[in-house]
Amino acid sequence: MILIYLLAILLAGAFLAWLAGNWSTVLPRVISLVALGIDLTLTVLFLFQSTTFNAKWLIDIQYEWIPQFGIGMHLALDGLSLLMLLLTFFLGMIAVLISWKEINTKVGFFHFNLLLILAGIVGVFLSLDLFLFYFFWELMLVPMYFLIGIWGHENRTKASYKFFLYTQASGLLMFISILALYFVHGNSTGIYTFDYTQLLGTQMSPSTAMLIMSGFLAAFLVKLPVVPLHNWLPDAHSEAPTAGSLILAALLLKTGAYGLLRFVIPLFPSAAHSFAPIGMALGVIGILYGAKLAFAQTDLKRLIAYTSVSHMGFVMLGIFSFNELAYQGVVMQMIAHGISTGALFIMAGQLSERIHTRDINQMGGLWEKAPFMGAIGLIFAMASLGLPGLGNFIAELLILIGAFKVNILMSVLACVGLIAATLYSLRILQKVFFGKKNTDWKMNDLSIREKVVSISLVIIIVVLGLFPQPVFDVAKPSILKTLEYHPQTPNL
Amino acid sequence: MLNYTDFLSLTPFMILAVAPIIIMIVISIYRNYDIVFGFTVLAFIAALGSIFYILPIIPHSISPLFIIDRYSLFFLGIILLSALLVTLLSYNYLKQLDGIREEYYILIFTSTLGAALLAVANHFILFFLGLESLTLSLYILIAFEKSKNRSIEAGIKYLILASVSSAFLLFGIGLMYLTFGTMQFSAIVAAMTHLVTLPPLFIYGFGMMLVGIGFKLALVPFHMWTPDVYQGAPAPISSYIATVSKGAVLAVFIRFFFNIKGFENHSIFWVISGIAILSMFVGNILAIRQKNIKRLLAYSSIANMGYLIIILLTGSNNGIQSAIFYLITYFITTIGAFGVISLLSTNSFEMEELIDFKGLFWKKPWTAAVLTLCMLSLAGIPITAGFIAKFYLILESMKADLLILVFAMIINSVIGLYYYLRVINTMFSTADTTELPSISVLGKLTLAIISVVILLLGVFPGWLIDFIAKFANL
Repeated sequence: MILIYLLAILLAGAFLAWLAGNWSTVLPRVISLVALGIDLTLTVLFLFQSTTFNAKWLIDIQYEWIPQFGIGMHLALDGLSLLMLLLTFFLGMIAVLISWKEINTKVGFFHFNLLLILAGIVGVFLSLDLFLFYFFWELMLVPMYFLIGIWGHENRTKASYKFFLYTQASGLLMFISILALYFVHGNSTGIYTFDYTQLLGTQMSPSTAMLIMSGFLAAFLVKLPVVPLHNWLPDAHSEAPTAGSLILAALLLKTGAYGLLRFVIPLFPSAAHSFAPIGMALGVIGILYGAKLAFAQTDLKRLIAYTSVSHMGFVMLGIFSFNELAYQGVVMQMIAHGISTGALFIMAGQLSERIHTRDINQMGGLWEKAPFMGAIGLIFAMASLGLPGLGNFIAELLILIGAFKVNILMSVLACVGLIAATLYSLRILQKVFFGKKNTDWKMNDLSIREKVVSISLVIIIVVLGLFPQPVFDVAKPSILKTLEYHPQTPNL
Repeated sequence: MLNYTDFLSLTPFMILAVAPIIIMIVISIYRNYDIVFGFTVLAFIAALGSIFYILPIIPHSISPLFIIDRYSLFFLGIILLSALLVTLLSYNYLKQLDGIREEYYILIFTSTLGAALLAVANHFILFFLGLESLTLSLYILIAFEKSKNRSIEAGIKYLILASVSSAFLLFGIGLMYLTFGTMQFSAIVAAMTHLVTLPPLFIYGFGMMLVGIGFKLALVPFHMWTPDVYQGAPAPISSYIATVSKGAVLAVFIRFFFNIKGFENHSIFWVISGIAILSMFVGNILAIRQKNIKRLLAYSSIANMGYLIIILLTGSNNGIQSAIFYLITYFITTIGAFGVISLLSTNSFEMEELIDFKGLFWKKPWTAAVLTLCMLSLAGIPITAGFIAKFYLILESMKADLLILVFAMIINSVIGLYYYLRVINTMFSTADTTELPSISVLGKLTLAIISVVILLLGVFPGWLIDFIAKFANL
């Protein structure tokens, strides 16, 4: 039941926030914060009550929805989705906090959209019915489109279109694949259903499996994003308001990775295996190409956006390595990247709130104006380049070790990406906080609200870096479950 | 001779036929807009109620013209409900017109009667009579605002093109009559049972008929009239053409097509596939460039009819059911979208240019939300009825292995998204200062009902699917 409550609280909060926006600008923020706070508390309580994570599903509920087509309301939670939920609720609260001062128009509608996106994301992480999954997958789009299109920066219209068309077109390809899977399963067994647990292990010819899988891949690789399908991302990220960039980078991209882990690998094990070399190559291309482009940007938000492309390349590389180490790294990367890139976007937002530009050529020497902000920026730039002691290091190291066992060349090339990451991360610091002052900006350091946000992010990224074991413990059963379907899982 | 049961089974049609006569008499005694409007609404509700009254005596056929079965009653219900919704949304639009306006409702009745007759037609004569009574009333309704040039232009355009299409239709009927010597659908089917393939003359006749039907449904390449007529007609009448008129023609065409098993003939199969694909692409691509929302919706209706006729080729009862589900959601959304336009228009100012909608969301959030919902539903985005409808349609088409058509539909959904989003974007952009009329309680209520139905069908479609499955079997 708790899963339904989690969704219902978000949806109710969304509508209340919209209504409350008619009377006050503070009320919608408070309502959103409370709704997310309740959800976070419920999830944390559940985490601590659970003594073991070894059950196949920690919670599994199923109701009929549209029985005529074999569509059910099937929600389930395992370690992986639990971690993702925690990340979603936590970053959701952060998103509300950072837009406290930034968003001043149509506040009610803003929070309505924000909570609706989060509800869509939560739904994606919980659905075990492919139709329901697609439903939530699409539910994320419209409010995100509004978020970029209404509260974004100058080129918001173009960016929001691009975002919507890319994701919708790829989503529809996935939808055809879902239907194809439905029919393939139905024709061979006589049971027409969208239920994930029943569709697992559907017998089909390799070419059919490849075709159907490519539809799923289209949707997930666009979301992740993988070069050359990344074109929407820099625009969407840089034009969105800070909260939008945060949610896009930290959560929306993770739904792509989650989709690969939850659906592509278990549903099409052998097809995924034969796709693996291409998948790994795409990952490596993403790492290097994303890093190169990041290094060339002058718009701070675009720069950070391209670092996401690079970091998500690691996820791609890890997923198609098919071993436990790499998968632990992938899960860790999903969380650590969410925190670190989110924090960098927040920093970019705080800067543009103060000096109204995102052009790093106009910044420089800001450390003495805002030392606290500089220190936070330093920590997350270090996280982004993979400094030991911070979460990203653990993640990328594990992925590289995992990939090394499968394909040495790929992991060596991916290592080059770490050097590139050092270059672009240090460039951020150099251009923004150090170096010579290009313009003499008048600006304040972080306010108390902003400090709370930043410090909480710092704590998490450090804890993840120093004590990653609890995350591994929670994620392990899900990872083993995913690998179980893989025909040639190397034993470690 | 007609017996008592025959009369009883025709109750809805009697109500539709008697109501305009009563209005005529009332007008000649005392002309009052509100009375006529109230009577119209009541008469539609009575006609709807009478459907339930005659349910126990169906299926019933009155030889040779009528067949009153569950399928026809279901379509009758859809037609009457749509007509009722259009009537409700016409109230304000008409009220502010100068001069004569009560006759509008008489014409609504006569055209709806024509549409209703199509739903029960089992014979080409009734088919043609119903179609003509529908179209003749529509000429006048389209040109109802006599003071506007564009309205007159649209009326004449519709008159000429519809007459031409009727001529095609009649010629086609003639050729089919020549082949089998009967105009009754069931008799044609009976005559066909001995044949291995359809005779060429019959196929020619069917082709001619397809031209006529294509005109009425605005399928490419017979779509030229649509944007001009939609733009020139009063907004409620545009929605009437898009829904009631097309729905009725589809009702009889689906029945005829499935009776003669047209999907089994290769040439017919390919012709209809071609028309479907052309309609989707032409409709959607031309819609992208429109700056007028009525024209945009006209092109969108061309595309939507393209999606819909795919279902003719599935040749299954489930296919028909999915088509009906699609039709219902398309009706509700279209009426909703045109309803918003009608309610925001005044006598001197028709709210039809996209620019007029700029910043609507910040001026009238609820109205804009309704239009947003309609656009999302037309685009097929989840939590709206349009999503489930498209899903259902694609599901049934895939079941029948119409993969090329499904792909065409998917590509078109993406193209369609572009212009639906443009409407939404316009509403959300920064507001200018034009004053908009306030919306009456009746209008608000109707829009609220429409939105609730769109959301309800989007989240819990199960009951309607069951309902359709129970009724709409040929």
